[in-house]
This record gives sequence, C-alpha cells and structure tokens, in this order.
Amino acid sequence: MSILVDTNTRLVVQGITGKEGMFHTQKCIEYGTKVVAGVTPGKGGMKVENVPVFNTVEEAVRKEGANTSIIFVPPAFAADAVMEAADAGISLVVCVTEGIPTLDMVKVMEYLLHKKTRVIGPNTPGVISPGKCKVGIMPGFVHRQGSIGVVSRSGTLTYEAVAQLTERGLGQSTCLGIGGDPVLGTSFIDCLKLFEEDPETEGVVLIGEIGGTAEEETSVFIKEHFSKPVVAFIAGQTAPPGKRMGHAGAIIAGGTGTAAEKIAALTSAGIAVAPSPAHIGETMQKALQSRGG
Amino acid sequence: MKIHEYQAKAILASYNVPVPRGEVAFDPEQAYQIAQKLGVDTIVLKAQVHAGGRGKGGGIRLAHSPEEARQIAKEMIGMTLVTHQTGPQGKKVRRLLVEEGMQIEKELYLGIVVDRSTSRAVFMASEAGGVDIEKVAAETPEKILKEPVEPSVGFQSFQAKKLAYALGWDKELVSQGVKVMMRLYRVFQEKDCSLAEINPLIINHKKELVALDAKLNFDDNALFRHPDIIELRDLNEEEPLEVEASKSDLSYIKLDGNIGCMVNGAGLAMATMDLIKQAGGEPANFLDVGGAASAERVADAFRILMSDERVKAVLINIFGGIVRCDRVAQGVIEAIKEVKVEAPIVVRLEGTNAEEAAELLRQSKLNFVVAKGFKEAADMAVRMAKA
Repeated sequence: MSILVDTNTRLVVQGITGKEGMFHTQKCIEYGTKVVAGVTPGKGGMKVENVPVFNTVEEAVRKEGANTSIIFVPPAFAADAVMEAADAGISLVVCVTEGIPTLDMVKVMEYLLHKKTRVIGPNTPGVISPGKCKVGIMPGFVHRQGSIGVVSRSGTLTYEAVAQLTERGLGQSTCLGIGGDPVLGTSFIDCLKLFEEDPETEGVVLIGEIGGTAEEETSVFIKEHFSKPVVAFIAGQTAPPGKRMGHAGAIIAGGTGTAAEKIAALTSAGIAVAPSPAHIGETMQKALQSRGG
Repeated sequence: MKIHEYQAKAILASYNVPVPRGEVAFDPEQAYQIAQKLGVDTIVLKAQVHAGGRGKGGGIRLAHSPEEARQIAKEMIGMTLVTHQTGPQGKKVRRLLVEEGMQIEKELYLGIVVDRSTSRAVFMASEAGGVDIEKVAAETPEKILKEPVEPSVGFQSFQAKKLAYALGWDKELVSQGVKVMMRLYRVFQEKDCSLAEINPLIINHKKELVALDAKLNFDDNALFRHPDIIELRDLNEEEPLEVEASKSDLSYIKLDGNIGCMVNGAGLAMATMDLIKQAGGEPANFLDVGGAASAERVADAFRILMSDERVKAVLINIFGGIVRCDRVAQGVIEAIKEVKVEAPIVVRLEGTNAEEAAELLRQSKLNFVVAKGFKEAADMAVRMAKA
C-alpha cells in the first residue's frame, strides 16, 4: 500500500507540450508511471512521448480514463488549470507550478469546496510511491520502496532526507511535498490522516520550515490522533525575521512561525526533532528502534 | 513588494479613503514649498523608508512654519534612520512625506491579510491602534476583531458594520467606517495585496476618520498584472545584490556572516545555513539557484556571491535531481575562471551525475575541496572561514 498514487494512477499532464512538461513526462514514464494523456489547448491531436494530447482535461478523462493530473501550466493560467481538472472529475491534482498569485489560489480553494478533488501544492515537487508511481519532478533513483512516509514543505531538502533514509535501509511508502506557498490544497494534517490509515506506513518524517503555523497545528493533531512514530525537522532555524527565503511561505512575521516556536510545539507533542538536517535519517532509525523495543 | 507610505496613501486616496493632505519631497526646498501650500499651523515631516517604528528613531518630526519645515527637512534628508525593523545599519532617508498635522482623538487599527489556515482573506480591526499592534496581537489577541471573507462574494457591508459596532462607534462613525473598510478591501482585492493596513486609522477632533498611516504590500507573484504597482518600486530601499540577483531570477538574501552559500532549493538552502550555524559559523547569505540551475545561472550566482567582500569561504551544496551535478560543476568552473576568487571553496554535490561532477572539479585543478556529506561540508567551510 501507499497513499495518493500507486499502480492504479492514470496520469494526465496539463501543459505537456511545454519544456518542463515534456521533460518530466518522459521522466515519469521512465519511472513506470502510466501517463495516459496530455493537455494543451490548441495542440489536441499531437503526441508527446507517444502520449496523446487533448485540448481539454474533460476529453482526456473521457477518452483515456485519466484520474490524476500533474500541472506544468505557467503561473498566470495555473489556477484555471486546477479548476478545469476538478471540473473534469480528476480526483488528485498535483500542481507543480511555482508563482501562482495567492488570491487566485484563494478562489481555487473555494471552488474546490464542492468538488471531490484533492490538490497537492502549488509549488510542490509532487508525490512518489517508490517502485509504483511517480507524479512529480523528484529524482526517482534516491527512493526505495518501504514503510516510511515522508511529507515536506520543501523540494531538494526532501530529496536529502529521503537519501538519508534510503542509505540506512529505510524505504518509503509515499513521499510528497505539500508545497511552499501560503495557500495550499493539502495540509500536513491531511497527509498524516492518510498515512495513519495506510497499513504499510510504519513511521513518518515531517519536514517543515519557518513561517505560518502549520507545524504547530500539526503537533496538536499528532498528539491526539496519530499513532505512528513521527520524526520532524524544521528548516530556517537561523533565518533572520522579516525576510522571505525563496518560498513565499518561508517568512517570519510578527514573532510567529519561528523555528524555535515550531520545535517547542513538536517536542511537547512527543515528536522527535532531528537536531540538524544531517540527522534526519538517523533520528528516524532511533525512533523506530525505540518503538520496536 | 513594498512601497512607501506616501504611495500607499495615494492609492487609498484614489479609492476615496480619507488621508491627510500632503506631498512627497526629495529636497528641503520642496519641503518648504509643500508646507507653504498646505498653509497649516502644524506640519508633519515623515521619513519615507520601507520600515516601521520610524517615530521612535527620529523619523517623524513636527514643524510650525514652512521655514522650520525646510530646516528640519535639511536635517532629515540624508540621515540614517535606525528602527527595530531596519537592523543596526539603518536606512538612508531620501524622501519625506510633508503633510498637514492632525488632532487625534483616538487611534484604531484596520488590516487585511490572507489567513493560511483557512485559505481566505481575513479583515482585522482593533481599537488598540498605533505603533504597538504587534504587541497587541501577541499579548491580547482578543482585542483584535476578525471577519473572514468569502472569496466569491467578497467582504460584505454587514461584516464592516459588525466590526464598526464592535469597535464601539456611534451611528455617524459607523457610516464613515463602513465606507473606509469596504474601500480598503477593494484595494486589497483589486491590487493583489499581501497586506493592506491602516494603522493608525484616527478619529480627529472633527469626528472624522482619517488614514494617518498606511502600509500596502503586494504579492510578488501577481505583479505581472499590475504594471502601475511595479512602477512604484524603489530600488534604493533594496539590497543592491538582491536586486542584481533578481535580474538573473535568483533568490538571494544578504546576511551578516562570512560563509557564502550556494544551494538549490529554498528548504535545502535554509537547512544549509542552519548547519553552518550549528558548526559555529555564520552564513553570509541565502542563495537559492532554483530547481533548473543551468551552468549560466550558476555562474551568475557565483558572481553575486563573490561580490560580497566579507565572504571568507564558500559552500556549494547541490542536491541534483532534475538538476545535473556535472552542469553545476561546469558553471562553477567557468565562473571561477572569470571571477578572481581567493576564498576557499567547499563543494558538495549529491544526486544525479555526482560522480562526473566530482571528476570535473578534480580535473579543473582549481582550488576546490570536495566534501562527501552534508555535515562534513558545513564543518569544512566553517573551519576554512576561520583560518
């Protein structure tokens, strides 16, 4: 088992004819993902990597049975693309696009209230269930199939953490980035609910960063509702306040969202916090051993 | 993106939010002329820098004649203003807002931001307006009233009324206040603000609501549809290296240490800074070369990094996924051939084509130290910066 994506995933790539869309379509296919369709308005009838291209998501769903979408559409049009996928009945939308206006995403979130679609991101590296399916831009080769879930607000830092796990023989059930933007389709808590229900997942690595209060809220949830061991790391412990560190989300304002506050919240919920980014794998290994007795 | 107070007030005024009469002055003579035109007994001169807490740092002063306004402007323009938001180095004052003084009966607060946990805009109001609103938010959050906004219909007038009555206003003030709130929301919505704030909103001696100070921050991701806002950008208020970096699409933030960092991905970049600090060093910057780091972009990044004279050692930490490590190595080698680098460089390349990259670095016979692990790399950089 795993969460969100697996061998039943039938992927449509929105923005498949763009440079990034094309490149990652190829990489996902190489990994073994069933890419069944692409969408670029005006390019219907074309083929990319032998995948049929349609003008609309509706057509891709009707003709190829797509159930999952990945979005590489430019920021100005990405919100529209998410809503199009939801309208077409896609159950999981992975929005890789970075730089979508915040108020566009606010609108999308309201639109989704009455749909059954889950959105991951925006500004996410995507989702991978190692050995089964990759819907994202992460390097597949650092992952190994196994029983650790990884959920993160970051991209490359997640690869780093995954590589540490793999190196220690700790494979992963599913790894995903929830995205680096202020308004996100799926929260840490949403992901943890899925990991809790997944019998294959035995422990979870949670990688947060400064800004917002998602980690604090997640700590409370873990304490009350999550039964598996969790190891956390918070990036940005040394970042100065008031500066935006690349991710729109990673800004500390008005004394909330600092790493110290987040680490205190996590620790008080009984979560093992890795002392440094180089110790994420090791901390998980210890947490599992102490659980195993 | 941030703008100056006088620019924010001009936008609010264009939406019919009452603001004090005033204009911006770039030199003392202009300040004199504006003061003369205002023709009031009390003239306020306000330093225009992108930082709060100006009053406490001597950035807001009063004059009682145009001549005095000129004299004070002479003292203020060119001064370095230090507030709790500027850092110890302060900010140079280049512009003044010269406006009419107001008799203040009461100071209030209005603000709009997007609340991440509900994915909605939230309208905030408080009777505890003035400079210490952050303190109010931290210590007595119940004094800040909140109304969430449904995106499809926007902020409604019944919500404005709820806030206005909760602030204890009488009928006359409620009628003025509802208009001000509705207009502030329109600014927030139509200009893609990340923050729209009137603090303080004052009640003056004539029982009128006036926006005495205002702050508008804009969502950088939405600037493409607001050319009018982009024009308001004041590059003097930004770190020159950060401006240079943004031209190459790099995310760079100058910090106070001496270890230059170049990393791909914001999270990994922050984690790298954390490791440096844990190893006893201080990062000189945050620099994210992004997910699609080409050799050219890496070379640009390297040039920006090295133009900070305090850099004593460089740490390059790249986790190649989509980015190929050999390309990054190529970029670094090219950049070093162009830029004269005396500082030692620690390189840690992991992931796609890491082996090929290490080989390229070795063959270049340049002054690199190749580190294997994440922690080892940080330790080495810190040691070298101290040597």
